[in-house]
Amino acid sequence: MNRSTIDLWVGVFVVAGVAGLLFLALKVGNLASFSTSQTYQVQAKFANIGGLKVRGPVKSAGVVVGRVTDIRFDNETYEAIVTINLGAEYQFPRDTTAKILTSGILGEQYVGLEAGGDGVMLKNGDRLRLTQSAVVLENLISQFLFNKAAEGKPEAKEPAK
Amino acid sequence: MRVADVRARLERLGAGVTTHVLRLGFASRFLGYLVMHSGTALKRFRLTTAEIYFAGVLSLIIILVSGMFVGMVLALQGYETLQRFGASESLGVLVALSLVRELGPVVAGLLFASRAGSAITAEIGLMKATEQLSAMEMMAVDPIARVVAPRFWGGVLSMPLLAALFSAMGIFGGYVVGVQLIGVDAGAFWSQMQAAVDVRNDILNGVIKSVVFGIAVTWIAVFEGYDAPPTAEGVSGATTRTVVTSSLAILFLDFILTALMFTGGTHQ
Repeated sequence: MNRSTIDLWVGVFVVAGVAGLLFLALKVGNLASFSTSQTYQVQAKFANIGGLKVRGPVKSAGVVVGRVTDIRFDNETYEAIVTINLGAEYQFPRDTTAKILTSGILGEQYVGLEAGGDGVMLKNGDRLRLTQSAVVLENLISQFLFNKAAEGKPEAKEPAK
Repeated sequence: MRVADVRARLERLGAGVTTHVLRLGFASRFLGYLVMHSGTALKRFRLTTAEIYFAGVLSLIIILVSGMFVGMVLALQGYETLQRFGASESLGVLVALSLVRELGPVVAGLLFASRAGSAITAEIGLMKATEQLSAMEMMAVDPIARVVAPRFWGGVLSMPLLAALFSAMGIFGGYVVGVQLIGVDAGAFWSQMQAAVDVRNDILNGVIKSVVFGIAVTWIAVFEGYDAPPTAEGVSGATTRTVVTSSLAILFLDFILTALMFTGGTHQ
């Protein structure tokens, strides 16, 4: 085989390999959606964050408006402090509610924002006052069972009389 | 009689272990010497280019076709299971993560070992058996720098590219079966994949895996070839050993790397 033919094929191979890597990084991974645009940071305290993870999405009306950048534990109030980066193009009123929601039944958890009615907008470093914790399945079930048991008691006693 | 029997067996076991440890030591020394004397292979890059052609370009067909079929099978099997939980939209995530993290580097490595590794061993082994290597030494040409190093670097450079192509082709195969044939929503397929696949945690780690496998496979291949007994039988034995050893090395290293990369991270 000719030298230059070999070089040509090796060149094609390297280009194809790099193209494959780029395809993986841009189309399969989320490098393209890494926003380098302006963001601002707000914090929210939750009694329970459930399975929320760093880099989880922050959605409002179902649209991704930011990402969770940090999750810490507050030693004084025994609550979780979640730091959120919001895109600068998304402005929210100061009394916005942050909830921890789940996409689908077994899906990942995300922070849902519900805009309030305040005229003053959130600034960098603000804290969201109104939060709602994640729903813990076990608590939900135990509540349900307690309710059932409370309902069932008088009925259960009746046939014994 | 019995005691002597046991003793002989123990001696054979000990000899076997010693031989293997000795060979491992020689192989490490060989790798060190090889890297130290890679100047020629990198300066006269044409030598390495030719080896990239033999190890990489000629492996393209088998890598692309296998990648395609692996992706297609993943999509079929994954859909069967995911659909039971009503999560068939996650098909893209399943296909992409299994390929990028595991199957891409591992299967591409196994194919590379049997397609290119065995060829490298056979070539170097035959060169040794026909005394071409000794002839080079007579002419004051270092056979390791002239023959072994270009093959080593050619393999090491080819392997990550082949693994990336394998993964990309597999994802394309998964797309063809999942979206075009089964009818999973194309938007959900890609967007869930993009949301779940992390560039640093998944793709970069997959690339690191393929680099490690490339070094391991090519190292084993050139060493077995260089160390092969200079007979027809010796070369055939060395070729077999290359495939067996590198397959085991890939699976073993994969376990170690996965344990290091994907556990205890902040991401998962």
